[in-house]
Amino acid sequence: MTDILSPLPGTFYHKPSPDAAPFRAAGDAVAVGDTIGLIEVMKTFIEVQAEEAGTFAAYAAEDAGPVMAGETLATLA
Amino acid sequence: MAFEVIKPGLSTTIQDLGRPGYFHLGIPEGGAMDRAAFRIANMLVGNDEGAAGLETTFMAPELKFDADTLVAVAGADMPVKVDGAPREVWTSFLVKAGQTLSFGFLKSGARAYIAFAGGIDTPAALGSRSTYPIGALGGFEGRAVKAGDVVPVGKPSGALVERALDKALLASLPKPVELRVLTGLYWHRLTEACQERFFADEWTVAPEADRMGYRFRGGHPMEFVPREQPFGAGSDPSNIVDGCYSYGSIQVPGGQEPIVLHRDAVSGGGYFTLGAVISADMDLIGQLQPNTKVRFVNVTMDEALKVRAERKDRLARIRASLG
Repeated sequence: MTDILSPLPGTFYHKPSPDAAPFRAAGDAVAVGDTIGLIEVMKTFIEVQAEEAGTFAAYAAEDAGPVMAGETLATLA
Repeated sequence: MAFEVIKPGLSTTIQDLGRPGYFHLGIPEGGAMDRAAFRIANMLVGNDEGAAGLETTFMAPELKFDADTLVAVAGADMPVKVDGAPREVWTSFLVKAGQTLSFGFLKSGARAYIAFAGGIDTPAALGSRSTYPIGALGGFEGRAVKAGDVVPVGKPSGALVERALDKALLASLPKPVELRVLTGLYWHRLTEACQERFFADEWTVAPEADRMGYRFRGGHPMEFVPREQPFGAGSDPSNIVDGCYSYGSIQVPGGQEPIVLHRDAVSGGGYFTLGAVISADMDLIGQLQPNTKVRFVNVTMDEALKVRAERKDRLARIRASLG
């Protein structure tokens, strides 16, 4: 299991836009540099990218919920 | 000497103590959001307190140095590393030519200040090196730093001596955070019930909060004393005939979410301002992360001046300890 951590505080989103599907679903392959979510802070959206490759397990932080820096956003199996 | 920006962080800008004197022309004073932390970072490397340094927000940069230098980090708490080896916040440390300064995830606070012996030596604009991005003024080409930028640093005025701040000299943070407020010119526009609620409610820092303004949500909307809107004011009860905004003043567009105007804010406009956060608490705002719980506390001018004097004394003790 590998955790993907939030690089900064803000609001975490699973999807690129409200009507779109989540970036990743359980069982999806994740490569280094793949975007798995967005963090909104200071009117800016920052892509959260995987730093290790693996298989997506689940989002650990709620969609559109507040997150702190260093908080686990998602896990890779 | 110079350093190269390897990774820029989220919004890393060159700042100093700002450019007072142009606010009446609509150019904000700017400068470091947490002025005390900024001054201490400069003290730690033996600079004048107004020498330009970097302000990092939430996510710090990675920098590579082309010559030996002395660097200090102050303000927000996050792991500091030189070529991967840990260093401490609130200290200065030598960095050798070719070494890289990097940071881990933010632990507390919001803005860290990085000072360099000699100070950043980009051209000043209107008497300051502070970056005002919307005006494309000062800083590095008028913007936040980007990967690949090579930022010049001036000559240190003395020997490179590592220093550490005695952290007992720093103010302790109240939890929940309290921001002290002097009510203002338009306070009478709110009903008594609304005035009481404003100070009773718990507010939360909104993720939009930035150098222009810190927005808060979670409290009750404002309730205005009914009136016929004067000529020249907009139709919403939160509108006024245009007036001046001070640093720290609290506007509530549409009566919904209070915004405390900070260092890069506009100098006037057509929203009523219910009061202002006292100057002694403005640095603290610069260290608030989104989602932090905050209460506003009503104080008098006498209390505000007393706290300001205490703050000045604290800084003088820190200055003496590092001198």
